Amino acid sequence: MRNKFMTFGLALIGAVVSFGSAFAGPAGEVRSAPWQMWLQEPASPTAERIVAFNAQLLVIETLIVIFVLGLMAYIAVRFNAKRNPVPSKTTHHTMLEVVWTVVPILILVGIAVPSLKHLYFADSIPEADMTLKVTGNQWYWTYNYPDNGDFTFDSLMIPEDELKAGQPRLLTVDNKVVLPVETNIRLLLTSNDVNHNWALPSLSVKLDTIPGRINETWTRIHEKYAGKTIYGMCSELCGVNHGFMPIAILAVSKEEFEAWTKQAQQTFASDAPPVPMTRDIAAIDNVETVRVADASAAR
Amino acid sequence: MANAADAHAHDDHGDHYPGFFSRWFCSTNHKDIGTVYMFVSMFAALVGGGMSWFMRLELAEPGLQYLTGGAPDMQFYNVLLTAHGFLMVFFVVMPALIGGFGNWFVPLMIGAPDMAFPRMNNISLWLLIAGLALLLISAFVGSGVGTGWTVYPPLSSSIYHPGAAVDFGILSLHLAGASSILGAINFIVTIFNMRAPGMTLHKMPLFVWSILVTAFLLLLALPVLAGALTMLLTDRNFGTAFFDPAAGGDPVLWQHLFWFFGHPEVYIIILPAFGLISQIVSTFSKKPVFGYLGMAYAMVAIGVVGFVVWAHHMYTVGLDVDTRAYFTAATLVIAVPTGVKIFSWLATMWGGSIEFKTPMLYAFGFIFLFVMGGVTGVTLANSSADLVFHDTYFVVAHFHYVMAIAAIFAMFAGWYYWIGKMSGKQYNETLGKIQFWMFFVGVNILFFPQHFAGLAGMPRRIPDYPDAYAGWNYVSSVGALITAVGTMLFFWILYRTYAAGTKAEQNPWGEGATTLEWHVPSPAPFHTFEDQPDMSGKQPAE
Repeated sequence: MRNKFMTFGLALIGAVVSFGSAFAGPAGEVRSAPWQMWLQEPASPTAERIVAFNAQLLVIETLIVIFVLGLMAYIAVRFNAKRNPVPSKTTHHTMLEVVWTVVPILILVGIAVPSLKHLYFADSIPEADMTLKVTGNQWYWTYNYPDNGDFTFDSLMIPEDELKAGQPRLLTVDNKVVLPVETNIRLLLTSNDVNHNWALPSLSVKLDTIPGRINETWTRIHEKYAGKTIYGMCSELCGVNHGFMPIAILAVSKEEFEAWTKQAQQTFASDAPPVPMTRDIAAIDNVETVRVADASAAR
Repeated sequence: MANAADAHAHDDHGDHYPGFFSRWFCSTNHKDIGTVYMFVSMFAALVGGGMSWFMRLELAEPGLQYLTGGAPDMQFYNVLLTAHGFLMVFFVVMPALIGGFGNWFVPLMIGAPDMAFPRMNNISLWLLIAGLALLLISAFVGSGVGTGWTVYPPLSSSIYHPGAAVDFGILSLHLAGASSILGAINFIVTIFNMRAPGMTLHKMPLFVWSILVTAFLLLLALPVLAGALTMLLTDRNFGTAFFDPAAGGDPVLWQHLFWFFGHPEVYIIILPAFGLISQIVSTFSKKPVFGYLGMAYAMVAIGVVGFVVWAHHMYTVGLDVDTRAYFTAATLVIAVPTGVKIFSWLATMWGGSIEFKTPMLYAFGFIFLFVMGGVTGVTLANSSADLVFHDTYFVVAHFHYVMAIAAIFAMFAGWYYWIGKMSGKQYNETLGKIQFWMFFVGVNILFFPQHFAGLAGMPRRIPDYPDAYAGWNYVSSVGALITAVGTMLFFWILYRTYAAGTKAEQNPWGEGATTLEWHVPSPAPFHTFEDQPDMSGKQPAE
């Protein structure tokens, strides 16, 4: 894949998209910047692959668009009624038709091979060092750390009028998900009410939380993101406040994570319910409990 | 009422037209029904377009500016985006391309006097209008339908959407679906049985081919939607639990059923556009279509493959990885027949003597938009890339380019191409060209920046966004304003054409326009081809 041509293409695109600072979120934070034209900074092994793959796709697609647009421009100039008053009557050219069928097939095979490699890489979960359970609710997230003291807390968006200076609007939450860097993290996702989607662009994690199901994926945050906050937003329409249930991960070193879990066990011990419940709909609490329990058993 | 003797009297006064009510409300005439479809589509386009402009207005700046009626009403935003999707898909594009142009020109192009089942044609029309009424009512019942056009349960279940709004929406789609199924049967029977002698399937104009393939897609896809909608209706009202996990159901089942219909649906929208663009490209290049058989069977291939790729809309629901690998591969395959179509259009123009009249400008614009949206479709086909793109504005930009705006371009192209035949009046060419350029510039400023917002991670279906996305959203909203002005200009052109258009010739486009509709006067008489033309020995009609 990495021939000179591709490298040149990537460099070209890198130059183009560096306008608007491609990978530059604000210091200490991983989120998009104003006028950003490219993907967010990759902070996991999967994300690195996906960003590189997308750059390859963009090279191929840009060349195709330039080729077709070039043909269209040529046609418009050369074959307009003034320049070419007498039309040809050609309606068949077998070789040409074979070429424009076979060449796209070859290009698509060239795309499919790396695509499927990345797909299987993103899906095959390495031996996990810890597990994070994510539960979607209307309209906040519940996080549970089963391997680190089994504590649970909710994470809600801070409304605009309560933000402190420097906190980004619609992204800041009351309790961040604290996760260690350089650790294989198994993610288990489900929902208490409707479908949501737990999405972190810079980790290339995007998976629905669906009631009655537990979805599984993984991530691993690079060391250099220790101390940084990684942002995401709910990515499946989940009702009135769909746009107002952000995700904020604080990546920390392993040592800091150990210390934080000890503290968190105390902080979140008292008010954490045994099973996260839908707050707004008291009448169906029992059903919800059974639903989550059943889903766990089925797994 | 018209009697048989009148209908056969070939006098200079032309045909015997029924009175106003009989003619427009009880019509069994394919041309009048087609005309009513066109105006239903334009009405729905104004409503659905108005909704999208309101959304772009709200999104022009970060924060909530216009959704505040005391407290911010985000449900209203969700109702708007839902109704915008329903209206544009079921009540704008389908009625115009299939109901309008299909009804008008399929019988004319195959030399048939009318559709096979004229009365069924009438009920198709009125079921659609009833469906439109139910959909508009649903916005005013309770808090409206805020589920997105995909109506995913559990959000669409009675717990999270209490009240009758979603039920109105379901019944609206039931009626629109029944209308389309009846219409599809009508087209299939008409095309198979009523072609002029000598017009074999391989000599049919490509627009007729496109409607034939589309009719089969409708016939196979819509019953699945109807079944799923009925299941949702009984879940909501009669205590069944098809989609309720608490009682053994599964929300993902809905997504499979919906997208088994939903993906063919996007080809239902774009295939008639393919056919139309083929006619226009051929006419204005003054050349027959290049690779006619390849073009016809590319549409058949797109139709067939379109039924086995549905789960590429569901890459993030937690499907098994091998399943996603299959759907990635199958989806990529679609690029091959669509590539054949694009290159065949280019080859048709190659060596031609092209007149860039307004319909041809729109056909050119269509090809550009379709290529742009097509290549981003290749990106989105990859389940791996979907880990960053699913449900972002990149998807919004993709499907508006490839399907929505492309279909609108085909509708404009068809309107300018055939308005002389339909109304007997010709549009103003200068105004038409101005309208094209406004619309073309507008939609590109509107949708191109959404690629960047999507790459940067902006999710769809949100009424407010983090401040970093403000720049591209503002540009996008400026594009929406230009598009809105372009749309208003179209309605002015429409009005001027009917009120003061010049008399249309039988064939305003010259030697390139060879299909049968150019062999009848403009406007096309009330009854045409009562004696079928003999097409034996003729070449493939474009």
